[in-house]
Amino acid sequence: MSGAASSLARREVVAAPDAVPLAGLAGAARRRPRRATEDPAPVKWALVAAALCFLASLVLAPAAVVLVEALRGGFGLWWKAVADPDARAAIRLTLLVSVLAVPLNAAFGVAAAWSATRFRYPGRSVLVALIDLPFGVSPVISGMVTVFLFGARGWFGPWLAAHGVRVVFAVPGVVLATVFVTFPFVARELIPFMEAQGTEEEEAALVLGASGWQIFSRVTLPNVKWSLLYGVILCNARAMGEFGAVSVVSGHIRGVTNTLPLHVENLYSEYAFQAAFAVASLLFLLAAVTLSAKKTLEWTQRTSRRDAAHRSPR
Amino acid sequence: MTGGARPRRRLVSGVLPGFGLSTGVAVLYLGVVVLVPLSALALRHSALSCRELWPIVASPRALASYRLSFGASLAAAAVNVPCGVLVAWVLARYAFPGRSLVDALVDLPFALPTAVSGIALTAVYSRNGWIGRWLEPLGVRAAFSPLGVTIALTFIGLPFVIRTVQPVLEDLDAELEEAAATLGAGRWHTFRRVILPAIVPAAVTGFALAFARALGEYGSVVFISGNMPMRTEIAPLLVMTRLEAYDYAGAAAIANVLLVTSFALLLAIHRLQRWTRSRAGLA
Repeated sequence: MSGAASSLARREVVAAPDAVPLAGLAGAARRRPRRATEDPAPVKWALVAAALCFLASLVLAPAAVVLVEALRGGFGLWWKAVADPDARAAIRLTLLVSVLAVPLNAAFGVAAAWSATRFRYPGRSVLVALIDLPFGVSPVISGMVTVFLFGARGWFGPWLAAHGVRVVFAVPGVVLATVFVTFPFVARELIPFMEAQGTEEEEAALVLGASGWQIFSRVTLPNVKWSLLYGVILCNARAMGEFGAVSVVSGHIRGVTNTLPLHVENLYSEYAFQAAFAVASLLFLLAAVTLSAKKTLEWTQRTSRRDAAHRSPR
Repeated sequence: MTGGARPRRRLVSGVLPGFGLSTGVAVLYLGVVVLVPLSALALRHSALSCRELWPIVASPRALASYRLSFGASLAAAAVNVPCGVLVAWVLARYAFPGRSLVDALVDLPFALPTAVSGIALTAVYSRNGWIGRWLEPLGVRAAFSPLGVTIALTFIGLPFVIRTVQPVLEDLDAELEEAAATLGAGRWHTFRRVILPAIVPAAVTGFALAFARALGEYGSVVFISGNMPMRTEIAPLLVMTRLEAYDYAGAAAIANVLLVTSFALLLAIHRLQRWTRSRAGLA
């Protein structure tokens, strides 16, 4: 059946140049008559051009301007801005914040996904809905919440101050605000994925006598590893790049509580544009790594799914 | 309680172990990280009486900031709907050189830290920037104006419409379009009567997501807006200004206006997504 169809199609392709002798001159694209569900070429290219113009002016231009401005004074000046002690302190703090915030939220994400996708209980959908809350909160408000809890006049502020612990305008506040902002990422990625996957494999492991941790580490984790990794990457990108929330709690103390985005702002407001863009180019690099990791993971998942479909008897 | 095998009323269904541990960890962490802090904000708010609150929430400066925040967010989301559908269409339907690069570029507003987006957009749209210099002779001032705020919010909301519409376009049954074509519909007619109705729920969801995100956006806007009170001061910035002046009550009051709005939006988005899914199930 498919053989007949393809031979028909071949005959059609072969027949076309005879029917229109000049088609060869007009270009190879003309050889095949347009299908009724295809758009005419001029329409197609006009739409492509319009879409590219929109993206170029809104996304490509800002991306390019970061790199151009960062390297405006040559590589030497770029390095001077990046290797500056304050910039290095900002890099260190940014790394520290993400090392603390990402594993915490990843652990929560796994626990929440296990609870919400492996069991049915009253209040389950409330739990899932509440996970989204930080996404609905303006970053400024996320930071403010930390100030209200731990600031000098906050709920726990006086007690902490009496014990010599400083949270607001210090590193712990920056970490807490980041944890709040990046809270949903891993859970949001895992829950739909694990829901779609179902529990059959885990139940099979249970029947075969595996313990809870064995099921989790030998069955669940290998199945969700890409999805988990993707969530972690998104979480990390936001943790390293968060600006609004961190800006409220950090107090902008150079070399102490400045993360990379805050350092960019400091430099920019001092009209040190080249240095600001040089430091910003590091964050741009982070975004580029995040996006290519996303692309790679999409590609890996697609090929592994195709392999799985290939192996299955259907 | 965990691992208790005795039969009891089955509130919880599911045979796998670890319910107590995972739910306990999830609920505890959710409570400590999200619920306690947010209730601190709500309670701070109720410490003020309504009569004290009203002058703060409805001061001319606050009203101007809501107008700008809501207006610019709506405008940005509205621009993103047709432009996003266009980009989603091009990415889902056409093959062209550099397609996968363009596809990756769409996610840049998600991935790029907002402070970087802010200074980059300002550099591009300011008077001597790459695009701003062409707008200036036309009498259009992009940076440091409400238009600049709208541009930044359009940038921030750009991926939402595209990423909600694109999968719907990719999954759309080719047979529907073929049927339309056999019935004599032209491409434009097919788009309007067959494809457009199918992507409307996704486009509306994308609009709401972009709007909600834009409403709270801070980092990318503060650089390009110029932050002039009454003119280019967005509501989150006003919260920030109040905080820096240690006016916690005022900051909390305005923040709660924003919070209530965005939670209402989140709820609406949840409903919308259910609608989208049920529509997709019917198709």
